[in-house]
Amino acid sequence: METKNIMIVGVGGQGTLLASKLLGRLILGKGFDVKVSEVHGMSQRGGSVVTYVRWGDRVCSPIIDKGQADCVLSFELLEAARYTEYVKPGGRIIVNSQQINPMPVIAGMAAYPENLVEKMAALDIQVDALDALSLAEKAGSSKAVNLVLMGRLAKHFDFTDEEWMDAIEHSVPSKFLELNKKAFELGRSA
Amino acid sequence: MKSLMLGNEAVARGLYEGGCSFVSSYPGTPSTEITECAAKYEELYAEWAPNEKVALEAAFGACLSGKRSFCAMKHVGLNVAADPLFTISYTGVNAGLVIGVADDAGMHSSQNEQDSRHYAQASRIPMLEPSDSAEALAFAKLAYELSEEFDTAVLLKMCTRVSHSQSVVETGERVLPAQKKYEKNPGKYIMMPANAKKRHPEVEARTKALTAWAETTEINRIETGGDPSCGIITSSTCYQYVKEAFGDTYPVLKLGMIWPMPEQKIREFAAAVERLVVVEELDGFIESHCRSLGLAVSGKELFSNIGELSQNLVKEKLGGNVQAGAALDEDIPARPPVMCAGCPHRSIFYVLKKMNLTVLGDIGCYTLGAVQPLGAIDTTICMGASVSGLHGFVKAGDGESAGRTVAVIGDSTFMHSGVTGLINIAYNESNSTVIILDNSITGMTGHQQNPTTGYNLKGDPCAKIDLESLCHAVGIKRVRVVDPYDMEICQAVITEELAAKEPSVIISRRPCALLKYVKHPGPICSDTEKCKGCKACMKIGCPAISMVNGKAKIDATLCVGCGVCEQLCKFDALGKAE
Repeated sequence: METKNIMIVGVGGQGTLLASKLLGRLILGKGFDVKVSEVHGMSQRGGSVVTYVRWGDRVCSPIIDKGQADCVLSFELLEAARYTEYVKPGGRIIVNSQQINPMPVIAGMAAYPENLVEKMAALDIQVDALDALSLAEKAGSSKAVNLVLMGRLAKHFDFTDEEWMDAIEHSVPSKFLELNKKAFELGRSA
Repeated sequence: MKSLMLGNEAVARGLYEGGCSFVSSYPGTPSTEITECAAKYEELYAEWAPNEKVALEAAFGACLSGKRSFCAMKHVGLNVAADPLFTISYTGVNAGLVIGVADDAGMHSSQNEQDSRHYAQASRIPMLEPSDSAEALAFAKLAYELSEEFDTAVLLKMCTRVSHSQSVVETGERVLPAQKKYEKNPGKYIMMPANAKKRHPEVEARTKALTAWAETTEINRIETGGDPSCGIITSSTCYQYVKEAFGDTYPVLKLGMIWPMPEQKIREFAAAVERLVVVEELDGFIESHCRSLGLAVSGKELFSNIGELSQNLVKEKLGGNVQAGAALDEDIPARPPVMCAGCPHRSIFYVLKKMNLTVLGDIGCYTLGAVQPLGAIDTTICMGASVSGLHGFVKAGDGESAGRTVAVIGDSTFMHSGVTGLINIAYNESNSTVIILDNSITGMTGHQQNPTTGYNLKGDPCAKIDLESLCHAVGIKRVRVVDPYDMEICQAVITEELAAKEPSVIISRRPCALLKYVKHPGPICSDTEKCKGCKACMKIGCPAISMVNGKAKIDATLCVGCGVCEQLCKFDALGKAE
């Protein structure tokens, strides 16, 4: 199988690490070679964060380069815009339309660009935008944004319901399991 | 059993399986998780030492006593541990000793991108360099065999992409070697000139023996490719980039031991290809070795010694085509890391900036005090440099600098190497004012305990260094403690201590806002009627505050209610919810 590449991008503290842990479990369960790569430390403090998830028969590089991602899954609008270059021609961006102002915008030194979804849609990529924050709140917690986005991702990749449920059960605390499953379903059906 | 492991976690697993019993480290990105994961194995004793030099010396002591031992650090930590490193090379070991060092090409979380491989050559200590988690596990175990067979410490060199990537590993059982006895051996362990002169030739002989091993070991392997027009020598994560870019097209010599390197194997590889290329990050270390063998080779003229490489870069530089993605034609504002909402460091930096002081900074979360809109820090060099640098700045300054300059240093960094600088301030009497930002944890690397927190690596209660007593004990008479959330008092105390004609320490004490035991009062509310849009509250760079339609708005999901913004508002528009 040709290597599949997913980039998860967002703002430090948004829960991107749980998403990559869940995907790692899901893919390893299928018997593929897999690499999941992230950067810890300075980048966590509300900075821009990137995780690379790659799987296939044989995966060498731990990172995804420009023009290689089958899918960029973005937890935040501006971060999606930052990484469009990494999507392969015809590839997909799934984007949570939530906006989190970076410090240069908060400090009034830069402006948050407007109409980003429309601008991204004009490129040779497929843009799937959703309000994951509202859906997560509907499921019971604003912290379930990651599971809403996982649900959305599930629409586009070939894993069974059971495989997803197994991965979710092994990645989230049991007392939040039902909430997270609900968030996953809302993301998938929205 | 197959599982997905972070490179650092795999090193810890290798230590466990390889019969390591003692781990002493100082945290530093990207090496920290090795020790955290090692601490999860009950069979391993693991600790945080106050700094890397202490950690390495402790690990050496443990190996001397007869137990396989380990210590981990980031690249700049090896500078701190370099003193014991060079002499441990002469003594050799009793039980195996492995030293993990993690480089950070690209400076994801570091102040420089030095190449640790030079330390292997300079100290004559062999260095293994894994390229993924499976190798990290295997090489950690192999390192102990080499260490005991060749009577040497062994360096295990990681890098950000190997340390922080998860890949598939096959785990095995722990095999504990027979405990070795410690026996007195002055000629081997007392490195005074007469003995050291005899040990140095042993070190050179060992290097010859290791070079011979490098010729035959399977971890330096030639992978035959179909197209000998180009042959690539590589190691570490660069090996993965080469394989990603070209698959099995070109012959590859993959080096698992980066020092000492083989000679014959490289000559043979070079002879079988038309063009010899080295793909390596940072310095041309392998390339220099090839040149010393008189081989024609391409390396750094293709691949920069600045930053990281990638599969696209490797492919492009060697004549391949890469597929481009579509970038938005748009100015995308950067998203630098920021101090968290409620961070106790923020208000201190606001006060320092307001007072227009020169601030010598240090290494930790509080380095973010340099970022706008706070922009309150003048220098950042290395662990401890704020305190020692302040002494020189004040001593050599124009006489007024003592009243205008402070050092800021975190609790963990102060324990690491700030206290020695403070001793110098007391001993040589500079009129310095040091601010210890005591947030009761090692913050930036992800909440590690340290000697001031009262807990050890395993989370058990332990002796707690009392910072006030320590400062008094080294000879500082003026020691003040402030709550950084109270900016008025902070400014008053800093003003007093700067005016004092003797050295002083101000301990700004409040635990990190992210610590689980910290109880927060709950978010601040903004009153849009009262808000005049003056933006005074925006000067502290709090991620929870933004301006919406000309009025301050508080993000209640981020705000913890520290009340610092409230102190800045002259119009009573910010306050606790009724």
